[in-house]
Amino acid sequence: MSTVSVRIPTILRTYTGGESEVKADGATLREVISDLDAGYAGIAARILDDGGKIRRFVNVYVGDEDVRFADGLDTATPAGSQVSIIPAVAGG
Amino acid sequence: MALDAADLGPATALVCRECGEKYDLGPRYACEQCFGPLEISYDFAGVSREAIEAGPRNIWRYRGLLPVPSNVESTPNTEPGLTRLVRADHLAESLGMQRLWVKDDSGNPTHSFKDRVVAVALAAARELGFKVLACPSTGNLANAVAAAAARAGIRSAVFVPSDLEQQKIIVTAVYGGTFVTVRGNYDDVNRLASEIAGEQDDWAFVNVNVRPYYAEGSKTLGYEIAEQLGWRLPDQIVIPIASGSQLTKIDKAFQEFIKLGLVEDKPYKVFGAQATGCSPVAAAFKAGHDVVRPVKPATIAKSLAIGNPADGPYVLDVVRRTGGAIEDVSDAEVVEGIRLLAATEGIFGETAGGVTVACLRKLVSTGALDPEAETVIINSGDGLKTLDAVAPVVGPSAEIAPTLEDFRASGLA
Repeated sequence: MSTVSVRIPTILRTYTGGESEVKADGATLREVISDLDAGYAGIAARILDDGGKIRRFVNVYVGDEDVRFADGLDTATPAGSQVSIIPAVAGG
Repeated sequence: MALDAADLGPATALVCRECGEKYDLGPRYACEQCFGPLEISYDFAGVSREAIEAGPRNIWRYRGLLPVPSNVESTPNTEPGLTRLVRADHLAESLGMQRLWVKDDSGNPTHSFKDRVVAVALAAARELGFKVLACPSTGNLANAVAAAAARAGIRSAVFVPSDLEQQKIIVTAVYGGTFVTVRGNYDDVNRLASEIAGEQDDWAFVNVNVRPYYAEGSKTLGYEIAEQLGWRLPDQIVIPIASGSQLTKIDKAFQEFIKLGLVEDKPYKVFGAQATGCSPVAAAFKAGHDVVRPVKPATIAKSLAIGNPADGPYVLDVVRRTGGAIEDVSDAEVVEGIRLLAATEGIFGETAGGVTVACLRKLVSTGALDPEAETVIINSGDGLKTLDAVAPVVGPSAEIAPTLEDFRASGLA
């Protein structure tokens, strides 16, 4: 079981009691989000759609990599990884 | 922040484009339910051709259609807009077209359309209580933010990819302010800005946390085109795509003018233009997809090099709804497009302008665009900012001694 650090965007901090960075466990992003939901009930449903996929307007990074360029929810999250959840609505 | 006192003109609320959730006006930009983008809704009153024509000769003539205070002209700003709409007969002739116009937005104070969006973002940011004007940028926005902040007398904080064109680095740095080059591409810088925005409460990242207001500034391009055509809409319009926001907002402007009765309701087609080295929206269009798969950009058209375009899905909606198309062109074609526009119309566009002209040519040749129908294309920025693109392929006709003999011998007469 590996522990990673997860950066929480402003609009999800109501779930984390205002914390901008929290710890979670999991060998893959899927497990990390599941563990996150165990600690902060309801947060997974904000990140994932009804079909269990990452929502269209959410970008998730493991380290520097956008997981859409890696293995999506199956992207490996080695111990000490930095996971960032970021609204996609920006730029241009 | 003191929102009670905020005057955002005709704006009434923020509404999620994805799920319809409604929010009070404020410094929000993503839906708390689904992360979808928030769009401003309005209650327009007192908007007429006469009221607009009596307004200032800049974008504030449309203030009754923007999320800005009624006294927006009284605070120092760059007063962008009302750039020229050029009848491009020579370019039309070279492409076998009948009636073509270039909306030349290089005429703005910092030489790109970004002055429009920044002016609206600045006005809204003031009302929302922000203290710093910030942005991630591919260059043009950096120029516009740094200049607007200087003019407004507030701090700017600008983040750009470190491999940006030298011209864009210099023309941003000259305005002072905090200016950071980031070792990464635009999408990396954009991500960093989103993370910083989550930490710095009083920083208005114009295209991140005040994006709903900022993006509305692009509507003024559409308003001006319609007004400058004599209060009517063109048949076709070709618009470059970076995030896709400009394209969707020009369409929104046309739709608002129709609904307000300011122009006659008529069909028009919206076309999108991308560089092949960063063409996720063109690829999605051609494949018939309604989602856009992000790419890693590799093109000289850096101002369009957004691999993960936030408004891509909405661009697809607009283009398909209006019966347009999205085309993409190689870097060599981009350079050719810049030269063609300059040589036929005396307009030196930046790489994004080259993309648009080259895509126009391709759309005519594929038959997607009707050469007989009245067409407008956007030149969104100034070629002086992307000299590197054309430097290798243009130069003097000859070098001669200062003598008449040498001139005669050169064969240039």
